[in-house]
Amino acid sequence: MASDHNLLPKIFTDWFESHRWAPRPHQLALLEKAHQGYSSLLIAPTGAGKTLAGFLPSLTDLAMREKPKPGMVKPRLHTLYVSPLKALAVDIERNLTTPVTEMGLPIKIETRTGDTPQHKRQRQKLDPPDILLTTPEQISLLLANGQAELFFKDLKYIIFDELHSLVTSKRGHLLALALSRLRHHAPKLQTIGLSATVANPEDLQKWLVGQWTGKERAEKIVVEGGAKPNISILETKERIPWSGHSARYAMGDVYQKITEHQTTLLFVNTRSQAELLFQELWTINEENLPIALHHGSLDASKRRKVEAAMAKNALRAVVATSTLDLGIDWGDVDLVIHIGAPKGASRLAQRIGRSNHRMDEPSKAILVPANRFEVMECKAALDANYIGAQDTPPLLEGAIDVLAQHILGMACAKPFFEDELYREVISAAPYRDLSEAQFARIVEFVATGGYALKTYERYARIRKTKDGTWRISNPQIAQQYRLNIGTIIEAPVLNVRLTKRKANGSIGRGGPKLGTIEEYFLEMLSPGDTFLFSGQVLRFEGIRENECLASKTFDESPKIPAYAGGKFPLSTYLAEQVRKMLIDPDKWKSLPGQVRDWLELQKRVSKLPSHNELLLETFPRNKKHYMIIYSFEGRLAHQTLGMLLTRRLERMHARPLGFVATDYALAIWALDDLGERFRNGLISLAELFNEDMLGDDLEAWLDESWLLKRTFRNCAIISGLIERRHPGKEKTGRQVTVSADLIYDVLRSHEPDHILMQATRADAATGLLDIRRLSDMLMRIKGRIVHQKLDHISPLAVPIMLEIGREPVNGEAQESILSEAAEEFLNEAAGHLT
Amino acid sequence: MNIVSPLALNTNPKSALHTELFGVEVVCDHRGVLYLPTSKMLIVSDLHLEKGAAFARRGMLHPPYDTSQTLLRLKLCIDDYQPETVVSLGDSFHDQAGSEFLPELARDMIKLLQAGRNWVWISGNHDPKPHTSIEGDCADEISCGPLRLCHEPETDNADGEISGHLHPAAVITRRNKSVRRACFATDGKRLIMPSFGSTTGGLSLKHKAFKGLFETSNLFAHVLGKEQIYPISWSKMRG
Repeated sequence: MASDHNLLPKIFTDWFESHRWAPRPHQLALLEKAHQGYSSLLIAPTGAGKTLAGFLPSLTDLAMREKPKPGMVKPRLHTLYVSPLKALAVDIERNLTTPVTEMGLPIKIETRTGDTPQHKRQRQKLDPPDILLTTPEQISLLLANGQAELFFKDLKYIIFDELHSLVTSKRGHLLALALSRLRHHAPKLQTIGLSATVANPEDLQKWLVGQWTGKERAEKIVVEGGAKPNISILETKERIPWSGHSARYAMGDVYQKITEHQTTLLFVNTRSQAELLFQELWTINEENLPIALHHGSLDASKRRKVEAAMAKNALRAVVATSTLDLGIDWGDVDLVIHIGAPKGASRLAQRIGRSNHRMDEPSKAILVPANRFEVMECKAALDANYIGAQDTPPLLEGAIDVLAQHILGMACAKPFFEDELYREVISAAPYRDLSEAQFARIVEFVATGGYALKTYERYARIRKTKDGTWRISNPQIAQQYRLNIGTIIEAPVLNVRLTKRKANGSIGRGGPKLGTIEEYFLEMLSPGDTFLFSGQVLRFEGIRENECLASKTFDESPKIPAYAGGKFPLSTYLAEQVRKMLIDPDKWKSLPGQVRDWLELQKRVSKLPSHNELLLETFPRNKKHYMIIYSFEGRLAHQTLGMLLTRRLERMHARPLGFVATDYALAIWALDDLGERFRNGLISLAELFNEDMLGDDLEAWLDESWLLKRTFRNCAIISGLIERRHPGKEKTGRQVTVSADLIYDVLRSHEPDHILMQATRADAATGLLDIRRLSDMLMRIKGRIVHQKLDHISPLAVPIMLEIGREPVNGEAQESILSEAAEEFLNEAAGHLT
Repeated sequence: MNIVSPLALNTNPKSALHTELFGVEVVCDHRGVLYLPTSKMLIVSDLHLEKGAAFARRGMLHPPYDTSQTLLRLKLCIDDYQPETVVSLGDSFHDQAGSEFLPELARDMIKLLQAGRNWVWISGNHDPKPHTSIEGDCADEISCGPLRLCHEPETDNADGEISGHLHPAAVITRRNKSVRRACFATDGKRLIMPSFGSTTGGLSLKHKAFKGLFETSNLFAHVLGKEQIYPISWSKMRG
C-alpha cells in the first residue's frame, strides 16, 4: 500500500496536522482506489468522515492542477456531488468551504438546486464551477441541454451521497439513467458512492458502474461500526394515549430533556406532527430557549435560516421531519429525540446517527412513543438497533415512466439512434434486464403515445428521420420536457400567504409567503377554520388563484393539518418484532406498566394475537357490526386487504359500510352481524381470507380503485403523458387530478394493456398496495384464523376504532352517501305532506 | 310505425327524473342527457369530442379513445329515446380543428347517429364557428316552444333557458366525507346541463361562476348516479 505521503499532497498533510488530525485509513483507501482509476462504494456509519473521504480525490486532484495561463481554455466541470436533499447540498457547501479556504485552494464550489435563481443557473452553464453540488433532477435537466456534451466532457468524479436512500426510488432510476449518459459524455468518469450500512451492498456496487457484461462492480470499502448508541424509551408518569400520533402527553418530559442538553434534534414522522410538537414546546417554553422548526413545506429561505443557525450552534432544539434525516452535519447535537415510532429499524439508526458526530463516542437518543402500539414498536426498533438489523428495501427494476421521461430528455439534447440509446440504457443497473422490444415500445410511447389506434402520427413528439435518428418535432417539446422533469410528484399544493383582515372585514392581498400546503387539506376547510402552519395558528380566509390566504389568529386550539407527506409504513421486520413481543409476556417486562396493563386486560377480555395465527375480533357498536383483524402488516397492505375483504363481504350480502387501516390492524364495519355470520358458518372465514382474492378480485378491484388512479396519475405525469405545468400558466392540482382520472378510465376500457397501464400496475403492486406482503400473510395464516366473538369493543381494538372517520370515502360508499342525501330530502318532503 | 315507449326500456324507474322547466315537461336521464317528450328532442351538452387529439396537438398524447367512447354512450341514449331531433349544446368539439381532423371512424359514427333525424350543433366557446366538414345544422341558439337552447347561460335572462358550458357538479358532504358528481342544475326557470364528454371534469355548483344564475330557494341538483338520478336540494349541499 502506498504511504500517506504519496497519496496526499503536502498542503493536505499540513492541514490535517494543523488541526491535530490524521487522515483516516478509509479516507486514504478511497483516495488510493481513485488514483488507480476505480469507482468505489464507501460504507461507513455517520461521523466517520465520509464526506471528506468522498471529496478527497477531487480536492487533491484540483489542488495539483496547473494554474490556468492566459489564453488557456477555461477548465470545465470537474466534480459533481449529488444528494437527495437540497438542504444537504447547501450544508456540504458550507462544510467543504472551510478546508478549501483554510488550505487556500483555488477551487470554485457552487450549488444548483430547484431553489437556485434562474440567472445563476444560466451563468453556471456558461461558466461552470469546479465542483457542483446538486440534486438528481438538476443533472437530468443539464443533460437534456444541447450543450451537455461540452458541459460534462471533463467530468472526472461524481459523488453520490446517501446512495442507499437515492437508489430505492424512481428518483434513483432517473439518476441511474443520467449516470449512463454521463459515462457516455465522459468515458473515464469515476463514481464514488457514500452509503450507510445496507442489507445488500452488491446492489450499490453494481449501480455505480456501467453494466456492460453484468459482472462489473465498484470497489467496496467498509468502515466497521463505531460506538453503540445509547437509546432509551422516554420514561413518563403521564398516561400514554390509545391512539393518535402527537405524543402531546410527553411534552413536559421532552422539554425537560431539552433543557438538560446542549442541542437537541427532535424527529417526527409527518409535517403535521412537526407543527404540533413545535407549537406545544413553545407553549411551555418558559426559559425562552431558541427552538426552531424545519420541514419540507416551509419556504426555502426559512429552512436555510434554520440550517445556518444550527450550524452556528445558535439553537437549543430543532423540530424536523425527514427533510433533515439524512447525513447533514450539525455541529454539536448531543441528543436526538424521536417522536412517534420510527417505522423502520434502518431509519431509526440513520436518525440517531445525527447526534455526536464523532464515531468513537456513543450517540444518545430517546424514543417517545405516541400511543400504546408505538410503545411496542419503539421497543422492537430499539432491540433491532442493538443487533444491527437492516431492513432497507430491495432495489426494484427500473420504472417504465421514468425511462420514457429520460428518452424524451435525450431527444431534447440531440438526435439519437434507437439501438445506441438502448445499449446505453441497459448499462444502468436498474434497466439491465430491459428487453429491446420493450424499449422500442417505450420509444413508441414517447413518440405517439404508443396506442393501438394509430391516429397521432401527425402529432408525434419525436420522429424518426431519414438518417435513422429520432429527434424532437419542435422546440416546444423541449420546453415542455423541462417543465415536467422529475419523479417526485407531490400532492397538489397551494402557497400559503399571510394576510391581514381589514377593519371592514375584507381581506388584504399582500403579506409574506409562509410555505405550501396540500390542496386536499384546504378543501376540508371553510373560511374561518383555523389550522397550524409554520409554527403558528392561522385562520383560513379563502383561496385566491393558486394561493391560500390566511390571517393570524389567537385561537388556541386549531384544526391540525392532516398532511400526507412523510407517512411511512411499518417495516416487515419491525412488524415481526412487535408480533413476537405481543405473544411473549416475558418481553412485556420491559414495557411501561400501563401498556402491560392494557395487554393484560386484552388477555382477560378477549385474546392476544399469537404467532402465526390471525386474531379476528367481532363486536357490535352503535347499530353497526365491527370486525378487527390484527395482522401487523403495515398500513398499505392493510388498505389493500380492506378493499378486497369489503368487496367479498359485499358479494356475501353482509352489507359492509367501510374500513380503516393502521399499521397494526384493519377494521371493517357492516350493517349485518358479521360475528354471527362467521359463527354460524354463513360466511366461512377460510373462504373470506382465501388467497384467490389476489387473483380476479384484485384485478377487478384494481381497475376501479382510487389507489390505482393515483398511481396512474403519477406515472402519467412522470412519463409526460399529462403535464405537471403548462409553459406560462400553472394548472391547478384539481384540474390535473380530474383529467388524469378520466384519462385512466378511457384507457382502461379501450387499451387495458397499454404500456402506461402496465407501469401503473407494476407500481401499485410494490408501492401503494404492498401486494407482496399481503400475499405472504394470506399464505401464513391459512387455516389459522382465530375468531373472537365479543359483545363489546376490546382493549386492543380501541386504537383503531379511534381512527375511524379520518379516512377518505371510497367506491360503493359514494353512492350510499348520495342516496342518503337524497333520502333526507324525500323524508323532509314527506314530512311536509302529512 | 310502432314505437316502443322509451321509458318502458328503462328497467329502473328512478333512472330518469321527470320535472318541469318553465312549464315544459323534461326528463333528466342519469346518463347525462335531457329529453323533451312533447317535441321528441334529445339534448346533450359539452361533448368535447376530440379532446385527446386537441391535447396531442399540443404535445400531450392523451389516449385517442375519448371520442368513440363519448359517441358510443350517446348512441345508447339515442337508441333508448329515438328522438326526432338531437341538439348538441355547444363545445361539441374540444377545439375548432376537432371536426376538421376527425378520424374516419368517428365521422362514420356521427353519420350513423344522425341518420333519420334532425341534428343541431349549437356553437360553444371551444367551437365558436360552424362545423363545415360534418353534417347537421349549426346555430348559436335555437328555441323550442317557450324554451331557449344555448351554450352559455345568460346572467339576466333565465326564463326557459337550457344551457351547458359550466359542467355543473354537486359536492355532497355527509359524515365528513364528500362526493363530487356531475348534475343537472335547475330552479324550474333555467336548467344547466351536465357535461357529457368522457374526459370532461365538473365545476362545483358552489363555485362563483354559478353565482346569481339560480334562485337558490328552488335550486335542485339532479345528481347523476350509476343507475339513477338523485335529486338533492341546494340546502342539502355542503355549506
